[in-house]
Amino acid sequence: MPLLDARDVHGGYGGMNILNGVDMTIEADEIGVIVGPNGAGKSTMLKAIFGLLHVSQGEILLRGEPIHNLPPNKLVQKGMGFVPQEHNVFPSLTVKENLEMGAFLKPDNVKRMLKQVYEFFPPLHDKRHQPAGELSGGQRQMVAMGRALMAEPSLLLLDEPTAGLSPLFMNEIFEQVKLVNSAGVGILMVEQNAKQALAIADRGFVLAAGQNRFTDTGAALLADPEVAKSFLGG
Amino acid sequence: MNELVFFINNVVIAGSVSGSIYAIGAVGVTLIFSIMRFAHFAHGDMMTFGAFMVLLLTTAFPGAGAAFGVPSALILLPLAMALTALLAVGIDKAFYKPLRAHGVKPIVLVIGSLGVTLMLQGLIRLFAGTSGQSLYVDDRKEIFRLALPFEGARAPVVITEPQLYLFVITLVAVIGLHLFLNRSRLGKAMRAMSDNPDLAQASGINTNTIVAVTWVIAGGLAAIAGTLLSLDVTFKPDLSFFLLLPIFAAAIVGGVGHPYGAVAGGFVVGFAETLAVFNWSVMLRPFRDSLPEWLTQSGNLAFVGTEYKIVVPFFILVVILVWRPTGIFKGKVI
Repeated sequence: MPLLDARDVHGGYGGMNILNGVDMTIEADEIGVIVGPNGAGKSTMLKAIFGLLHVSQGEILLRGEPIHNLPPNKLVQKGMGFVPQEHNVFPSLTVKENLEMGAFLKPDNVKRMLKQVYEFFPPLHDKRHQPAGELSGGQRQMVAMGRALMAEPSLLLLDEPTAGLSPLFMNEIFEQVKLVNSAGVGILMVEQNAKQALAIADRGFVLAAGQNRFTDTGAALLADPEVAKSFLGG
Repeated sequence: MNELVFFINNVVIAGSVSGSIYAIGAVGVTLIFSIMRFAHFAHGDMMTFGAFMVLLLTTAFPGAGAAFGVPSALILLPLAMALTALLAVGIDKAFYKPLRAHGVKPIVLVIGSLGVTLMLQGLIRLFAGTSGQSLYVDDRKEIFRLALPFEGARAPVVITEPQLYLFVITLVAVIGLHLFLNRSRLGKAMRAMSDNPDLAQASGINTNTIVAVTWVIAGGLAAIAGTLLSLDVTFKPDLSFFLLLPIFAAAIVGGVGHPYGAVAGGFVVGFAETLAVFNWSVMLRPFRDSLPEWLTQSGNLAFVGTEYKIVVPFFILVVILVWRPTGIFKGKVI
């Protein structure tokens, strides 16, 4: 049974539909990457999966269980973590407090998971008593991912984790995504840096106008000349 | 020496009294703002409600405090706090929550809270009447006169029992709130929600619970402030309503959304008020011989008359909004 199975998802804000039938399947332990032009509905799809957007048609299954239109706190309980693109830390809380908030629903996890998150992101351990708002962009992204990992999700949704980062930090984040994934967490992420992201992807989804244009393994999409021409900048 | 005693009585003690009341009130206002993002104008009347509960309870259970050697009002205060917290949660459920659910602008909630103000005041008037009543229903207010051990100090330092309780309870409340916000899971979640409500929700924090906790704390603190104020003077249905301006001035001076800022702001406004109405001519008396005559001749050298005390927080409010709208601690701009 796939970890995440989204079928023919429609949805949008107000009366306007942004998603016009998106299909997406990820097995446990896989990395899925969503790419596509601006306004294709990439982030919107993540929000729909995480219950932040009303799904008007279609269904989303987490390990076979329908989860569409459940509130985010229920989804956290069911093993889903979400890292928004912006405003993804609590700036006035310390790094440690930020991480603790991630395990709000699982307070027994805190000690064990803190240790694990510090292993994933060693810089966070040194800065644990510093307010997250004072950290650099790359470190903030680590806090954001760490916070989501604290609840021990089986599926982690990342909305453009490398947006606005320098190439150096970008590579670091991709490495960490791989590391988290190898610890058994399924990943679904939206990325602007399509080539790099598809290179680590087990599954790639190219969206355009709220629909799947291409769906294949990351390597196959990278090798597809048509995908390269229209979406990867040649 | 008597001038020093006069200063202690009229500035140090009086300023600390108003400062403490403003501080406790402003902390509630600032917490409500940081979680729900609106200025809660009914806060003064929540304070009055707390004092009114104490009045009802002391009337119902006379002699409750005698067994412990403290005023009955104080023994029954925790119960009044619980009732006021219940009222606060109830008011939120009945009036503010439906508005929030409609996604209204903050100003609608502010106006809603004005409606709650009128309603609460009317209700309290209906049952308590409009005249002042002592909260010392079954016992007597102790007044301590401490003679200073100096030669020539004829007048004593005067402090009343409720003032002493006020200082102690303010200290306990501030330390307790600090520990709650920084050590407890719920307190941290409250700060998290104040920082970023969407992310708090995405972390699995139940925002409805946090809202309820905020009202419980704000209601409890309001009951403390209202009761201790009424113990210090007398209970009146509109007593705390008139403190709304200094309380909001305190919250804004401290930086809206900052509990410590609210405490600091409370004391800034409290002391500014008492210093402004303080009769400085008394302090000049020892230096009479070396000062020009025009300065010493006047018997009253206060910056503003006591009856115009309310202009002081108003003035502070205007100055801070013009010069530093985020307040001392860089809070949010209302």
